[in-house]
Parts: sequence; C-alpha cells; structure tokens
Amino acid sequence: MMPEASTAEMSAPAPDHVSRVDQVGVEERVARFRTRSIKKSSKVHALKLVLSQIDLTTLEGQDTPGKVRQLCQKAKHLHDTLPDIPHVAAVCVYPMMVGVAKKALTDSGIHIASVATAFPSGMATTEAKLEEIKLAVEEGADEIDMVISRGKFLQGEYQAVFDEIALCKEACGDAHLKVILETGELGTLDRVRHASDLAMHAGADFIKTSTGKIQPAATMPVTLVMLQAIRDYYYKTDRMVGMKPAGGISKAKLAIQYLVMLRETLGEAWMTPEWFRFGASSLANDVLMQLKKQETGVYQSGDYFSKD
Amino acid sequence: MDKNIKTEAHYAERASAQETSMPATSESQSKSKSRTTSASAPRLGVEKTYKLYINGKFPRTESGRYFTVADASGNNVANMCRASRKDFREAVVAARGAFSGWSRASAYLRSQILYRVAEMLEGRGEQFVGELTATGSSKRAAAQEVTAAIDCLVYYAGWADKYQQIFSSVNPVASSHFNFSILEPTGVVSAIAPQEKGLLGFVSDIAPIIAGGNTVVSLASEQNPLCAISFAEVLHSSDVPPGVVNILSGYRNELNEHFASHMDVNAVIYNGADADEIKLVQEQAANNIKRVVIRKKPAAPDPYQIMDCQETKTTWHPIGG
Repeated sequence: MMPEASTAEMSAPAPDHVSRVDQVGVEERVARFRTRSIKKSSKVHALKLVLSQIDLTTLEGQDTPGKVRQLCQKAKHLHDTLPDIPHVAAVCVYPMMVGVAKKALTDSGIHIASVATAFPSGMATTEAKLEEIKLAVEEGADEIDMVISRGKFLQGEYQAVFDEIALCKEACGDAHLKVILETGELGTLDRVRHASDLAMHAGADFIKTSTGKIQPAATMPVTLVMLQAIRDYYYKTDRMVGMKPAGGISKAKLAIQYLVMLRETLGEAWMTPEWFRFGASSLANDVLMQLKKQETGVYQSGDYFSKD
Repeated sequence: MDKNIKTEAHYAERASAQETSMPATSESQSKSKSRTTSASAPRLGVEKTYKLYINGKFPRTESGRYFTVADASGNNVANMCRASRKDFREAVVAARGAFSGWSRASAYLRSQILYRVAEMLEGRGEQFVGELTATGSSKRAAAQEVTAAIDCLVYYAGWADKYQQIFSSVNPVASSHFNFSILEPTGVVSAIAPQEKGLLGFVSDIAPIIAGGNTVVSLASEQNPLCAISFAEVLHSSDVPPGVVNILSGYRNELNEHFASHMDVNAVIYNGADADEIKLVQEQAANNIKRVVIRKKPAAPDPYQIMDCQETKTTWHPIGG
C-alpha cells in the first residue's frame, strides 16, 4: 500500500488497515460456488428471488421518456401469463428521467433508482455532483447510485474520495445511497477491497460493482471480495450494507450462482431485495424464460417475451 | 479391435496404391496384409472418440452417457455420445446465434461453402467408406453412398443461389404497386436424420436446410451415427461458420420430443415412418406452431426440399413513389 493510504485512513473514520486479498483463494472459492446444483423447486424459488432483486436498468444516451415508460411497464408486468411472480425491485434511470418513471410507477411498490454524480465517469466537481443528487431526490428517486472518483482513488487521494461519498450520503437525505466502485477500472482485488471499506465507512447503504459501461463489469471474484468486505464490516460495526453486482449478468444460471455465493458468504439475512440487487437489463427475460420452462417443461424462446 | 486392423489396412493400401481413388479402397483388406506391414513395429491403433458437434466445437455430452454401435456380427465398433436434452438446448442456442450471420450471407457465399464441403468430403471418402462398411454396408454400397453424398452437396451448392429467382415472384395487382413475393429462411431447424444410410441420409437432410440459409441441429441416425459425426470434421474444415450445423448422436425416443417442442426452433424435419413418433413430433411442434416436415421415404435431391424451410414474404411498393 502506498504511504498516502495510511495517512488518509487515519484522518478518515476508515478501516485501521485494509485487508489484503488472496486472489488465488478467491478464484478457487468462486469455482466452488459454480458447482452447486440448484434444481426443481429450489430453482423456482431462486429464480423468483432473482426477479424480485433486479434493478431494471436503462442508462443510454438515447433514452427517451417513451423508452422509460416502456421499461416501467415492463417492470410492472414482467410476464402476466406466469402466475405468482414478484415485481422487480427498482427501475434504474438517469436523473432527467426520474420524474417520468415516478409517474409511471405510482402505487406499484417498485422503487426508483437514479444514477447521479456525473455517471458514468464521475468527472465533475463535488458541487455539481451534490446538485445532481438533490435534483434526483427532489424528482422522487428512492435510491441514488453514485460513482466514486476513480482517478482520485488511483492517485491515492483516499480522503477526498471518502469525503465525497460522505457528502453525497448527506445530500441523499432519506434516499438510499449505492456507491459504484467501477471495479473494472480499479485493477486489483486489493483495491476493490480498499474501495469497499472506504465506501462503507463513509456511509454507503449499498456497494455496487460497476456502471455497466466498462468491461469487465461485475464478475464473481470481485463480488466475492465485496461481500467479504461487507461481512467484515458487519462484524465490526453491526451495520448491514447491501450489495449490487451490475453489468454482464444476463443469464439466470449465473444469477443463481451469485445467490449461492451470497448465501454462503453473508447468510440468509441478505437474501432479500432490501440487501441484494442485480443491476441488469436483459437478465429479467432469461429468468422469465427459465420459470416458464420449469412450468411447461419446454425450452423457451425470446420471441415470446416482451423486450425491455 | 476389428476396426483397428481395418484402419491399418487403409494405411497400407494408401501407401501401396499408386492412384488412390475411392473405389480402390473397396478392394480386399486382409488381416494378414495389415499384420505384415506393421510387423516390424507392433502398435495399438489410436481409436477415434466420436463426440458431438456444437457451435464449431467437439464436446462430449454433458450427461456423460454413451451407447454402442455394433457391426453386422455384433462386435462393438464405437462408443457414441448419448446426447441429452441439455446438449440439444446448447445446440439450439448455438444455432440461434449463428442464424443472423448465415441467413444474411450472400447466396453465392453459401453456395461456395457447400461446394467446399463437397470437396472436403471427396478428399476423405475412404474414411467414410470405412465407417459405412464397419457398420454393415457392403464396400460397393458404401462407395456408392459416399459418391451420392458428394453429388448431393454439389447439387445443393448449385441451387443455393438459384432457388430464390425460381420461387420468388412479381405478382400482378390491381393498383399502381409493385408486389413481390420473396423467400426468407425459416430460422433454426431441428432435423431428425433417417435411420438408414448414415451418411447419405444425413447429408441429404441437412444440405437443403443450410443451402436455404437456415441453421440446423441434427440428430444422427441411431443405428449408424459414425458418418454423421465424422461429417462434422468435414464441415469444420470447410468454412461453415460455427453453429450453422450442430450434430448430436443419441436415442430418438429421448430426443424426438425436445426436437419438436423447443420454442426457439422454427421448423422440425422428421425422417421416418414410425406412426407414434410422427404423432409425438406433430403434437409437440404445435406449441409454437413450428413448421413440420415429415419424410417417410428417402427422396432424391430436389429444390422443393429447400422450399420446405423457406417462408414467403410479400411486399408492396408504390410505383414511382
């Protein structure tokens, strides 16, 4: 660790020291999760849980109010011919679209998440970022997904990153704050662990892997490291922090493997939409197809499921 | 054991023959001859593992199961992968993935690739004659079958860039519009190959499907699957994109249902005359109203077999608009 690290953390209410990550151990552990066999009724249960944990996302420059309304409709009516399926946890949009989503989702119980803080790069002044958060919250966002300043983090300005997260948390008010680490830009699992600790100590309600705009996005090793950070933080402070892997999880099978990892790392308390989310746009349809397959015994086709 | 010796005999013949054309391989293969040629350095034959062909790769079945193929006198010739419904599912995903590229490839390119497949098969004819004779064909019949399969490929290679103009039309309408009916490939086709003629039956089943721009998942003959699996090696070396042809070996009574019921399959072709199987295929195919083609008897190649997996799209275009 660079010398700045220790000084930064001493002045911030941050971890005393950052745990080093055993990369080989993490990969071996992840390989184990991937071998678990989840079938039949357990699979149906898991698939429904996945659905209820999805943040249905559209974060494109080409988004229009019409597109957002369509996504909200999808969130409310995933596939009406399937009985007993939950709705998704939230719809995730840009701040400009929060008002549209709010109107479309009235009384549905579906949360509205908004990215903010110059998503996805985070390249803006702190003032501008706080302004954006306040705007999104005023418009009606229940959850704010912020990005950390990866540039500053990589330069070793941990205190600045910490302070910014703390200010954002304050600006959120009652809204939940999810902190996006953009692990694809952090480079090593050690830095992922460090950034996770930093974000949690600064007040994050959720930590999130990625924006979905950078490859690699969410991977199982990265998510495991973050889950372990959440576990250690919980043991230390008794505060539960949520986890949101985002980007690149588009298959139901993979999502179930994430749930296995969650169950075996943090335990059952985290197995709810309140503490675990999937940031995804195409995952929902694959899960629906699997549920339909379980119901009918027939392999399904995307042709018969609504597009987001 | 028996197969090894035959393989050696092939090598011996190939080395000694001045001109190795296919009929030459149907000359006598004696065990004594192969023993004499390998007497100096006795070795165990290297037997081929017959695997599946999915998305341009040769995986084993995920189920880990196998079944055996016997020759006329009941000896085990090879262990074949007994594909499961999950292997079929993977193959359909591969075929779906390959569809957009293959259906958009120019007719000329598809034609050239099919011709290339024929060239590759011509070059490896001996291997297929060997496999056919190993499972009961006479050498003469085997040689004829291989020749017919090559000719069949060339035939459909020729049709690949011609059937559109023959079967499309400009239709007279009572307004100032051009009205065209043009053909589009149906999509992903699952094909249950005939039980007879392990090579020719298989080739004449898939060639019109892919000539028409569809992608295919095929179930090789249960009784004689060797050639279909070896044919994957021919396809693999002929610029056929991965996923365009996927080949499974296994039991019909396990796989028919899934071949017919999968919602992401747009047409199913069943070769055979078993009334119960036909009923099952028709019923299961009704799920997504997929196109069903039943071929009770082997037919000579004709362009109408391409048309079995084509959809007609009619468009109106204002004249001078």
